This record gives sequence, structure tokens and C-alpha cells, in this order.
Amino acid sequence: MSFNQALYAATAMTLVTASGALAENLVIATVNNGDMIRMQGLTQDFTDKTGHTVEWVTLEENVLRQRVTTDIAAKGGSFDIMTIGMYETPIWGANGWLVSLDDLSAEYDADDILPAMRAGLSHDGTLYAAPFYGESSMIMYRTDLIEQAGLEMPDAPTWQFIREAAAAMTDRDNDINGICLRGKAGWGEGGAFITVTGNSFGARWFDEDWNAQFDQPEWKEALTFFVDMMEESGPTGYATNGFNENLNLFQQGKCGMWIDATVAASFVTNPDDSTVADKVGFALAPNSEGVDRKANWLWAWALAVPAGTQKEAAAKEFIEWATSKDYIELVAENEGWANVPPGARTSLYENPNYQAVPFAQKTLDSILAADPTNPTVKPVPYVGVQFVAIPEFAGIATEVSQEFSAVYAGQQTVDEALAKAQALTNDAMEAAGYR
Amino acid sequence: MARAVTQQRKIINTAAAWGVGLLIFFPILWTVLTSFKTEATAIADPPVFLAFDWTLENYSAVMERSNYARFLWNSIIIAGGSTILGIIVAVPAAWSMAFVPSNRTKDILLWMLSTKMLPAVGVLYPIYLICIKLGVLDSRGALVIILMLMNLPIIVWMLYTYFKEIPGEILEAARMDGATLKEEILYVLTPMAVPGIASTLLLNFILAWNEAFWTLNLTAANAAPLTAFIASYSSPEGLFFAKLSAASTMAIAPILILGWFSQKQLVSGLTFGAVK
Repeated sequence: MSFNQALYAATAMTLVTASGALAENLVIATVNNGDMIRMQGLTQDFTDKTGHTVEWVTLEENVLRQRVTTDIAAKGGSFDIMTIGMYETPIWGANGWLVSLDDLSAEYDADDILPAMRAGLSHDGTLYAAPFYGESSMIMYRTDLIEQAGLEMPDAPTWQFIREAAAAMTDRDNDINGICLRGKAGWGEGGAFITVTGNSFGARWFDEDWNAQFDQPEWKEALTFFVDMMEESGPTGYATNGFNENLNLFQQGKCGMWIDATVAASFVTNPDDSTVADKVGFALAPNSEGVDRKANWLWAWALAVPAGTQKEAAAKEFIEWATSKDYIELVAENEGWANVPPGARTSLYENPNYQAVPFAQKTLDSILAADPTNPTVKPVPYVGVQFVAIPEFAGIATEVSQEFSAVYAGQQTVDEALAKAQALTNDAMEAAGYR
Repeated sequence: MARAVTQQRKIINTAAAWGVGLLIFFPILWTVLTSFKTEATAIADPPVFLAFDWTLENYSAVMERSNYARFLWNSIIIAGGSTILGIIVAVPAAWSMAFVPSNRTKDILLWMLSTKMLPAVGVLYPIYLICIKLGVLDSRGALVIILMLMNLPIIVWMLYTYFKEIPGEILEAARMDGATLKEEILYVLTPMAVPGIASTLLLNFILAWNEAFWTLNLTAANAAPLTAFIASYSSPEGLFFAKLSAASTMAIAPILILGWFSQKQLVSGLTFGAVK
């Protein structure tokens, strides 16, 4: 062996040893949805670039929430990266459970993150989770049915117009419901929808002193309107319908309108799955006449690093890769622009390729229309549009949504449900020391 | 005296039994059928029963995305290990309760069963912390022990019931012939209780295989069994029913096959002592 060959061999061995020492195996807890599955499929790109390998622990949303909450509260250290939402991030950040992401590299361009997303994933100005994708909610409607009804959908309709259009599009003989909305119990299901509906009627969860507000006329108006409209034009059994049930109904051509997550736009316009893919229009979520708030929420699935992980540097490298502009380009190359993770970066909406996607602009407009710090007309002591960012909220809102679902199922009246919601919310807030 | 059964009555009873059997089996059949459909066909309304284009794409998608063999191996180790360990602990316990009972034996048996009434989530956090302190979180060993403890009351109860059917005089005779306690249990009692022990093994293996609370909450990347494999295909935001059905079919197939081949032992074991 010549001297040069020996030198090359020694250099190669050193590099291999060094890269071996730096390479980490990251364990990531995540939810099962289209964007996350796509990311799992593209992980090899990250491994090729950094040498780090990745193991995925994929769980159903509620199981994931319980699992990662237990682990982070007990400092279990099972995961190096967690997929969490806009509800958990500020609470966990305040508890010191998450690593700050304020030191991500300059190339990452954190300032490109949509301001609403950045605000929702921060606590006291510190970013604790990077948005993988963001969403709001908007109206998806059948262009052919609204035309048949002799109506034209405005860009920003009112609830009163929506109710009129729903009644006009309803065709019970042909199994077409004018409108499909969530009624399923659960704070993230029907609870989220009725909260934003309440916002758009001027209702709020709490006054500035954390007193429940279900005894106020705005809540009665919102809930009565919702129930009446769904009885006139909604599907039977809507009390148990959530996102998936309504997605199924819409894709089968059984809904005139569906107001739900903007992320659903890519599903209902996909001809492989939807029978109405070429007949879908989009509009901003409605508001009640005279109320300056729309019934649209703000949500993000984001990647965060739990405090105490031994692999913080590698975990941050992964987050930079998965939520970067380059990753969006990578998905576009492999799956097309309609399938890139939406709602996280400003630059995506400035990209002409993405602007050609039919639902892109309405998604951005919906996200921009949501204000987590001022979700409704009157002042509130909390942050969050379809939730209240306090640890007690998930439990309280689940119980409240169960009471509301009982109204949708015809088991009690609006007044009875509101009285129970008022009592149980005040009791829980008192027990938690807010009142 | 046996009651006379008419031919007509026999036909009605048989048809009713088949009807109930098919009703119970239908969800499994539907899951298997759905696993061979496309996602669009899986949610078609009206539902399609058999007349669809059969596809294996869901199975290939699941195999591509998940390491099925690792989940399966974890399930075998966790369910098998907890069952065998449970039998080792429960045989002596059931022997003492059946053949040398004390005044408190009945109370102890009832108390053991009452521990099954405690909701598992009530002790999740303490057990989680213990696992962290011992460094056994996300390990198969921890799950073997926890599932063994969870199923121990049922194992002891089942074995106790079988052992009560065995005449104590036989064991007494063995003792008079000079058998030690170990020899009495191993060479006299156990061979006579083989059908009971076999059905206890099978039933507890199935219970441990299907356990989905501890296996989901105490595992991450290393020890996750097939219950976690199924859970990873459940999605509240997106319709992936065909893939979920393929994952479910792959998860239940081994235990279904085991149950099919051992159904005689299961039935005889479960009905042992029912008729006196």
C-alpha cells in the first residue's frame, strides 16, 4: 500500500468513525394523517443528509395526546420529538416541558412562519414548536347544487345566508343534505365547532374573571340557530358525526355544504377518493349578521422537543428538515403541489406553483382571519380560538360538548344543556382555583 | 331422563346457533373484506359486499410503512411470557387454595378477583414512574410482568376450579408413597390437570395478546406489540379504513388461527366442571 492509499484509508476510517459517533436514532411520536404518512415516506432524505435515523411511533390523536402527556409530565424520555398541537404547546412551554426553538439556524428562516402560527406555538414570545402544517376552517360547497338552487356563494357569507342556502340545497328524496357539520362529543370534535360558532355569534367561554358565560343570550342564540339549521337541512344522526363521517358524506355527494378543516380541501378535490372532486367551491367561514368574528378556527400540528432529551441537537436538525422550505419542495417533487403541508410558511403562498392550487388562497385567508388573542367580540382572559389554552379546558369542554350532543340527539333542550354547561364549567373552574 | 328433541326443533336450534355465530363473526369478516378494497370502495354507500375489484395494495402499503415482524415478535414474547410466568406462579397458589384451604381462602379468592374491578388508568401514573425509575419503560420484560399480574387473578381462579375437581385422596396417596411437595405438584397434580392448564394457557394468551391499555401506554419504539400496530393506522382526520382493516387483519390473524386449531381444548377447558 502506498503512502497516499494509506492516508486515504485512514481519512475514510476517521470520517466513518466520526459520523458513527454523531449519528443518532431519533424516536418521534406522531399522529396518523396524510401529511405525516408522507413525511415518514420521505425520511430517508433526512437520513441521507444527516446520518441520523428515525423511528416513528404513530398513534391515534387522542391516544397520542394521553401518551405524550404522561411521558412528558413523568419525564419518561420515551420520545425525542413529539407531534403536538396548538393547545398543548403554550401550556407545556410555560411548564418548562419543552425546549426553546428560538435558536434554529438562519437558513431555516423562522420569520417565514405565518405570524398566526408562530404566535399560537409560542409562550411569552418563545417558540416551542415548529408548525409542520397549519389549518383553519372554511366552507366547502357543491358548485352544481348551489347553482341549481339559484344562489351564488359570496366569498364571506353570513350564517343567515348559509341556512337559506342549506334549505334550498336539501333534497331528502335524493339523500342530499344541505349542510353537514360536526356534532360528535369531544373538545376537538363537535366542541371545537360549536365554540367557533359561538364566537361568530359573539359568545365567549369566560368573562375576564373566569366566570362561565353559557347563561348569556349569545350562547342561546348560537346553539338554537345551530340545532334548528341542522334539523332543517342536516343529516340524520349528526350528533355522532365528526370530521371523518362528514368527509365520507361529502365525498359521496351527500352534502351541499361542509364547514370544516381547510386540510379537507385536498381530500374532497382528489378524484381518486371523491365523487364530487370537480364540483367543489370554497368560501370563508360564516359569521352572524352584525358580528365581526367568523366561525373559523386556527390549528397546527407542530414538532416539539421535550426537555430532558439526550438528543436535542439531532432533534432540532430533524425539525429544521421537516418544517423547512426545502421539505415543501421535496413533497411537491414527489407528490405534487396540492399535497404539500399547508398553512405553515408565508413563502408557500407566494409561490406561483402553489397559488394555482384551487384552495390555496382561501386557506391562507381563513388562517389570517383567525385571531387567537381576540377570538370573539367581547374581551376574554384566555388565548385560543376553538379552545381555551388552560390545562383544565380539555376535560371541561369534553363534558360541555357531551351536553350539547345530547341536544343534537334530541335528548334534552337547549336551555337544559346550557344550564348544565354553566354549572359544570363554573364548578370545575372553582375547583381549579380560577374563581 | 334425556328430553326428546324433535327433528324440527333440531333444525331451528341449529339455524339459530349459526345465525348467532355469523352475527358475532360478521365484524371480523367485514374487516377482512374491507382490507381487500380500495379506500374509495371501503367507504362506498351503499356498501359493497363481494362484487369489487380485489386488491392487495393495502397490505403492501402496510408492509412498506411498518415493521410488522417486530410488532408480531413483541406480541409473541409479551403474551407468551406473561402467560407462562402466570402459570408458574398460579399453579402452587391454586394448589394450596384447593387442597389445603384456610378459613380465609374464599375471602382471598374474592379479594383477588376484586382487583380486576380497579380501572387500569387509576394506577397508570405510579406504574409509569416505577418503570422509569427501574429503567424498564418501553421494554418487553416490564410488560410481561405487568400483564402477568393483571391476569393472575383469572389464572388462579381457573386453576383453582380445575384442581377442586381432582380428588384429594390421589394426592394423599402420592404423599404416603413418599412424594415431596414438588413431586406431588409436578408429577401427580399437573398431569391430571393438563386439559385445565392448557385452556387456562390459551385463554390468558388471548387476553394478553389483545391487551391494549398497558401495551399502548408503556411502549414506544422498542416493545410495541400488535395493538400499537393497529392503533398506528387509526386516524380521526382522513379516511384510511382499508389500510386500518389490513393492519387489523394482520394483527388478529395469528390469534385467530391459534383459536381455530385449539377450539376443542378451549371449549372443553371452559366447560370443565360445569356439569356435575
